[in-house]
Amino acid sequence: MLILQCPYCGIQCDETELAPGGQAHLKRHGPGSSDEDFEAYLFDRDNPMGVHFERWRHANGCGKWFLAARCTTTLEVFGTYSAQTTEPPAEIADRIRARRPNWEGRT
Amino acid sequence: MSHRLPQGGRLVNRDAPVGFTFDSKRMQGLEGDTLASALLANGQGIVNRSYKYHRPRGILASGPEEPNALVGLGQGKRFEPDQRATTTELFDGLSAMSQNAWPSLGFDAMAVNQWFASMMPAGFYYKTFIWPRSFWMHIYEPVIREAAASGLPPKEEDCDTYEHFHAFVDLLIVGGGIAGLQAALTAGKSGATVMLVEQAAHWGGRAPVDGAEIEGQPAEVWINETLQTLGTMKNVRLRTRCMGAGVYDHGYALAYERLTDHAPEAEGPRHRLWKIRARQIVTATGAIERPLSFAGNDLPGVMLASAVRDYVVNFGVAPGHRTVIVTNNDDAYRTALTLIDAGLEVPVVIDVRDRVNSPLAREVSRRGVAVETGAAVMKVKGKKGVEGVMLCRANGTGGAGAPVECDSVAMSGGWSPVVHLWSHCGGKLTWSDENAHFHPDPNRAPTGAEGEVFVRTAGIASGAMGTGSVLQDASAAGAAAARAAGFTAKSAAARAADAEEAPMKPVWVMPEQALPELRSKMFLDFQNDVKVSDVQLAAQEGYESVELTKRYTTLGMANDQGKLSNINGLAILAGSLGAEIPQVGTTTFRPPYQPISFGSIAGEARGEIFQPLRRTPMHEWHEANGAYWEPVGHWRRPYCYQQPGETIEQAVQREVRTTRASLGLLDASTLGKLVVKGPDAGRFLDMLYTNKMSTLKPGRCRYGLMCNENGFLSDDGVVARIDEDTFLCHTTSGGADRIHGWMEDWLQCEWWDWKVYVANVTEQCGQIAVVGPNARKVLERLGGMDVSRQALPFMGWADGELAGTPVRIYRISFSGELSYEIAVPAGRARALWDKLFAAGVEFGATAYGTEALHIMRAEKGFIMIGDETDGTVIPQDLGLDWAISKKKDDYLGKRAQQRSFMTSPDRWKLVGLETLDGSVLPDGAYALGEGDNANGQRNTIGRVTSSYHSPTLGRGIAMGLVKHGPDRMGEVIRFGKTDGGTIEAKIVSPVFYDPDGEKQDV
Repeated sequence: MLILQCPYCGIQCDETELAPGGQAHLKRHGPGSSDEDFEAYLFDRDNPMGVHFERWRHANGCGKWFLAARCTTTLEVFGTYSAQTTEPPAEIADRIRARRPNWEGRT
Repeated sequence: MSHRLPQGGRLVNRDAPVGFTFDSKRMQGLEGDTLASALLANGQGIVNRSYKYHRPRGILASGPEEPNALVGLGQGKRFEPDQRATTTELFDGLSAMSQNAWPSLGFDAMAVNQWFASMMPAGFYYKTFIWPRSFWMHIYEPVIREAAASGLPPKEEDCDTYEHFHAFVDLLIVGGGIAGLQAALTAGKSGATVMLVEQAAHWGGRAPVDGAEIEGQPAEVWINETLQTLGTMKNVRLRTRCMGAGVYDHGYALAYERLTDHAPEAEGPRHRLWKIRARQIVTATGAIERPLSFAGNDLPGVMLASAVRDYVVNFGVAPGHRTVIVTNNDDAYRTALTLIDAGLEVPVVIDVRDRVNSPLAREVSRRGVAVETGAAVMKVKGKKGVEGVMLCRANGTGGAGAPVECDSVAMSGGWSPVVHLWSHCGGKLTWSDENAHFHPDPNRAPTGAEGEVFVRTAGIASGAMGTGSVLQDASAAGAAAARAAGFTAKSAAARAADAEEAPMKPVWVMPEQALPELRSKMFLDFQNDVKVSDVQLAAQEGYESVELTKRYTTLGMANDQGKLSNINGLAILAGSLGAEIPQVGTTTFRPPYQPISFGSIAGEARGEIFQPLRRTPMHEWHEANGAYWEPVGHWRRPYCYQQPGETIEQAVQREVRTTRASLGLLDASTLGKLVVKGPDAGRFLDMLYTNKMSTLKPGRCRYGLMCNENGFLSDDGVVARIDEDTFLCHTTSGGADRIHGWMEDWLQCEWWDWKVYVANVTEQCGQIAVVGPNARKVLERLGGMDVSRQALPFMGWADGELAGTPVRIYRISFSGELSYEIAVPAGRARALWDKLFAAGVEFGATAYGTEALHIMRAEKGFIMIGDETDGTVIPQDLGLDWAISKKKDDYLGKRAQQRSFMTSPDRWKLVGLETLDGSVLPDGAYALGEGDNANGQRNTIGRVTSSYHSPTLGRGIAMGLVKHGPDRMGEVIRFGKTDGGTIEAKIVSPVFYDPDGEKQDV
């Protein structure tokens, strides 16, 4: 059972306090988008062995959505951060690079 | 012949006899016995029949790895199947029943299966029972289940209680043998908080039985001293009868404590499940001895050599009086010495190694026991128990063999560290050629949130085999874990020597060149009856992956999880494939280590507190007035209110008729209510609903639809605009939390710069629907506000007072009747409800439940989320195009609804359905098309989504989705019934009642 820190209320949350929300940093495609873009938005998800970005909601807590960067194989957590961003913040990316020198960044 | 020895037994109290029954037979044991030791003491050789072949089976082991001795324990409310006799402590009055034998253990009719064993090889079930398909459910499965039954499920409700504890510690140490104690001592001295758990009732593990010496004294002395020291440490918590069950992410662990299994009449909960967060976990879980594979290795009387030693030393019980020992390592010689010391006979030690010259072997020879090296057991003689063995050369085919008479066989195939907990959360293993086992690879340990190692192993669990090495390793592990948890710790191990032992020799089949006849009697997995020949056959048939072989042969899939069979099985597989064992690898270790009770998993969450019940303000009124309850989300809603002498169906019909004719009241408090407020609220709701909500005027209501990004209908409800910046959104009952979360998701994660707040006020308001032609009159009797058509028109709302109670009244209707939905502060809802009823008496008012609500909405052709929708239906399918704004550039789901499949004219669309004979269509029935599909199944062209008997129309009415439905009005189509017949129905408009909507708008 993971522990993730809610960046809003600072609580170290047990996974049971949280609701998962799937992959983070999806770009929404609406009316006017191509079939390919829309299909990717709806269905294409990363499934990496390694660095991954996820959405979580502190559902049984402050109610806020936040994002987490973690390693799917070792369970290492590189950090949690506000959901109100389209890219991982620089300090999160730096920490990932420090821990995973071969990480190629978000593709 | 008694099996209780005249002396010995360090764990039993010879002055305290204990009575118990086995298969209703009265027996006597001693305080301190396990059920297994007491059965052995009573000479009960056969304790079970095997799963597949119904072969007689006896006790094989002395601990949790036992595959055979599973019994049904207790009676009535305390009955529990599949309990291990080896881990069941004896108490006065214990009652145990054997399993899987009919009519009795001694004579089992199903034992004929073993004569046909050659016809039941690996994959037998898969191969044999596939065809004909229809035979599976009705013939094959019931027969197989009967024949291959293990324990029966309990019939009565469990009368015991269970609980959960949460603990936060620096170190969790699993295993209270000398390694666990040493690790706890070292870590405890650092000041770290330590929890040390031991699955058995006693500390010290195997060391006292094996005759280990620590600090120059018998191990027991050091164990007691160490326990005393640990007992004085306030930072150390010690729990016996507490098994480390699983290790999970980020230092989470489960421990399973059996508090009163050994004393069922004691006060308090029976089991306790510990939910532990540990900074560091040390597994000092020891090792398990492996059986050897020779023909007849499953006969009652064949036992692990270490278990034989346990029964003699711990319980003063002799499994046999004349025991042949067969081994590939030195440790089994300890069993020989133990038996001789107890005055028992050891005719021969059969050792597969060609030459053995170690102190243990020399000592055994010195005591006059013959040691046959380079030798093997060809087969065990006997039917219901061991009568002798046939001795042969280890490297041949066995030949004729030389008989040796005996009544028990002690076997040892080497030791495998218990790596389960290490492996649960990602720890990897490495193969040791020296010991022929997998042990944890410290360079590939489970890691935590910071990438740090959080599980370490101690003692034999690390692969350290000698007493001195065990203590060194354990102390180092305790110190390393304490340091990793932030403490200053130094390793200081108790002094002990490693015994001098000759190397073991891996041997996987005995004799090496055994022919099929012998191999098909060598059992690998005793609990699931998997033999050497089965695994070899699987390999031959192409099952090269160990995970597939496991599933094909069921090797390791019984509830002992292959504790004895794993290594032996994969060695056989590797041999058959011509591969190395490490290349074949192990199957996955999954928690729990041993089965744990369902009660402990549920803890206190059973009965009324399993899930908290949500109650509306009128809940007690419903209860007092004959409510027949229906669960709706976490709520209970009245399905109907039964009057004396009424059936449920009659009550529903009455409620509908009374409401349509005069007046009905509905508790609609469960309806979700979300306040959406802010300068961007209109813009936000325009994105969430398919309709345009921003154009709604304050004081007005609008029915709205919400879709997900796949375009599918997700929720519906009436939106009221309160003022320029404020909307009140009704959601479906039970949908409020989900939709609130949905709104927050978009506000927080996509449009975070929009100025909108959402608040869930569902429980702040009671809501009462006053419905029927006399609805206005009853409100006028209460008085306080103008509810006339002019002041409060259809689809309007107004704030005011009714009988002195502040209310907000919405003129909305889900029944098609004149209807007022009255929102009232929750604390005053019941009082208003009572006043409405009092005033309604003159109109013959009825309360109505969810079923009447459903029928009335269906008569009107109103859809219901979850009936007409199932996550694959778009609003356009339901003819709701009028509620989809054409003017908006965007809303959630719009893009998806433009996809080609969504715009196909062939989608099934909503229609009404009328059976030709007036009967009620089966809910969910499929409309039959012409011909069959590629799978030979009948083509379908639609399905029934709602179906009721309408009391208003006096006939069955239904709604359904039908291909090209709206274009086929008047056509008759056929629906399949579950009995194979069909029923005809005419396609009609879904609005059966008041199609022009005159009644609701008066």
